[in-house]
Amino acid sequence: METTGFFGNWGGSYIPEILNQTFNQLKNEYTKAKSDPDFWQEYIDLMSTYSCRPTPLTYAENLTNHFGGAKIFIKREDLNHTGAHKANNVMGQGLLVKRMGKKRVIAETGAGQHGMATATMAAKFGFECTIYMGEVDVERQRPNVFWMEKMGATVIPVQDGSRILKDAINEAFRDWVSNIDTTHYVLGTACGPAPFPEMVSWFQSIIGIEAASQILIQHGKPPARVFACVGGGSNAMGIFQGFMNDSTVELVGVEAGGKGIRSGRHASRLCGNDASPGVAQGYKTMFLQNDDGQMLETHSVAAGLDYVGVSPILSDLWDKKRVRFESATDKEVMEALDLTMKMEGIIPALESTHGFVQAFKEASQLSPDDAIIINQSGRGDKDIFTIAHAFNDPSWKEFIIALGSEYKKQSRKCSLEREQDTR
Amino acid sequence: MTHIVLGYPSFEANRQVIRQMVENGVDCIEMQIPFSEPMADGPVILKANQDSLARGTTVGECLEFGAEMAATYSIPFLFMTYYNIIFKYGEKSFFMAAKKGGIRGLIVPDLPPEMSPDFFNYAKEMEIAPILIYAPTSTDSRMAELNTFADGFIYCVARRGVTGAKSEFGDDFNHYLARCRAATRLPLAVGFGIRNSEDVKAIIGKADMAVIGSQTIQLVDEKGVEAVGPFIAGLR
Ligand SMILES: Cc1ncc(COP(=O)(O)O)c(C=O)c1O
Repeated sequence: METTGFFGNWGGSYIPEILNQTFNQLKNEYTKAKSDPDFWQEYIDLMSTYSCRPTPLTYAENLTNHFGGAKIFIKREDLNHTGAHKANNVMGQGLLVKRMGKKRVIAETGAGQHGMATATMAAKFGFECTIYMGEVDVERQRPNVFWMEKMGATVIPVQDGSRILKDAINEAFRDWVSNIDTTHYVLGTACGPAPFPEMVSWFQSIIGIEAASQILIQHGKPPARVFACVGGGSNAMGIFQGFMNDSTVELVGVEAGGKGIRSGRHASRLCGNDASPGVAQGYKTMFLQNDDGQMLETHSVAAGLDYVGVSPILSDLWDKKRVRFESATDKEVMEALDLTMKMEGIIPALESTHGFVQAFKEASQLSPDDAIIINQSGRGDKDIFTIAHAFNDPSWKEFIIALGSEYKKQSRKCSLEREQDTR
Repeated sequence: MTHIVLGYPSFEANRQVIRQMVENGVDCIEMQIPFSEPMADGPVILKANQDSLARGTTVGECLEFGAEMAATYSIPFLFMTYYNIIFKYGEKSFFMAAKKGGIRGLIVPDLPPEMSPDFFNYAKEMEIAPILIYAPTSTDSRMAELNTFADGFIYCVARRGVTGAKSEFGDDFNHYLARCRAATRLPLAVGFGIRNSEDVKAIIGKADMAVIGSQTIQLVDEKGVEAVGPFIAGLR
């Protein structure tokens, strides 16, 4: 009987019977791949030729001087192909899909980064590709929708529930149970039924492996603290694994504080007191839910962190007090983003900026002998509309208004012409 | 067997629908306690779950309503819901409440038996049948394994996919049902995509029960509760 896939009290595989066989197949392929050194080498080769691995560890000298404490290093997952750590997981699963002989991939996406990465992987490997994305996220991450479609993926806006990440996951599962024979579901984070949390974390561990050796070369010793934003938990698991066995390194996960933990409008599961143990989307973890077990609406300026659950592996590390959890509000995120752009010329994604907020709060408590690492999970280009809106940027607004009226004129002209044609 | 979503469109409508179902010979009713993330359900039942919750339906009300129905009619009533509803309520407390209300079985599509031995112990202790699901993708050995946990009957999902869409009842289906039959001595119920008397006819002799789900919900949406009686009567 299958009882693995638990991390302490958390995880498991709560799936409908129809998926049982598919999960057995996936578990087998994953186990085989994991014990096959050639597989990992194939993965590394792919990531160093198609993506940009190893990604650099950047010393942020100006920010370090500004805060006057620990040396701040930034792990540059934004320099991956498609601009986020998501590519690590997706290319790994892509190699597994080839081994399983499936021809179609589907994925959920929040920020659109995972969808983007999946669409590129599908284009490269010749798979058919459908991406599920909450209607709210389609609106706020429009550039990624455009690119996914251009790479040949079908993007389906999900109109059920709160129309964000969790709803996209439900819809992806519904597709999967209907098309299991041909289709692999490329889950985008370290959540969901086993083996996804462990498998996604394995592919992401490449971040931590690189960072652990880079910091020794650049700083001479391990960092005092490592900061990562936590949505589902995959980038955090990725970098944390490089330092897990060194108890002198403090690991800090930063969740979405939204409008503030006390406002109730946030997505903080492990920090704060609003979450409770539950089982949904195929796994057991701390969920933001009401007393009846119905999931709550979450809020974050960062679509990729706007999620009710969290990796069961992180819930276990929270239980064991190995990882400390904090939160950053939408407002703090915009301030930290502004500072990082101005001082370092680096544009972190809104998700990643959550990690920067907490690192900035703590840097000055540490000595200049210490180093801290912030995992910059992705680049902010995708957020241009949200960021411009939040900064209330006047010249950007003018540009959009002008472009809008140009398109309006064009479409009026087109429909006039069409009318004339039909006459 | 028929399926309804509790609190959709209202508990009062549920009452009238159930009365007509019983009067027209339905032998068992599966009452779904709505959940915000109904992963195995298609558009019709998904929307019913969401609308019911938006109207404020609580688990407490569903338990009370179930008890009322079980006390009113002599046919067996079951609860269907997702595991989180039971987990959050407390497995033992939920079984006790169901037992007290005269509920005869539970269908929990996202709870494979290996995930909660406690659930199956409570089921045995309180004599509430844990209804398990077979799917066309289940291997013979998986069916045999599930059979050791199941009671009441086996719910055979007619095809891949979620609730609602149409099913084909051809050779593949017959072969699948024969595999189900060989794997268990429990009665077999067939569900997913059964819509009319022809579909029901296709399974007579091969299985023991037909499950009508999305179709009656859609019927109530489109034609009101009065349409249910004639529809059910016409299935035989
Ligand atoms: C740039 C970026 N960072 C972080 C996340 C959050 O995911 P995770 O917690 O799995 O790393 C996302 C998700 O979309 C993302 O796009």
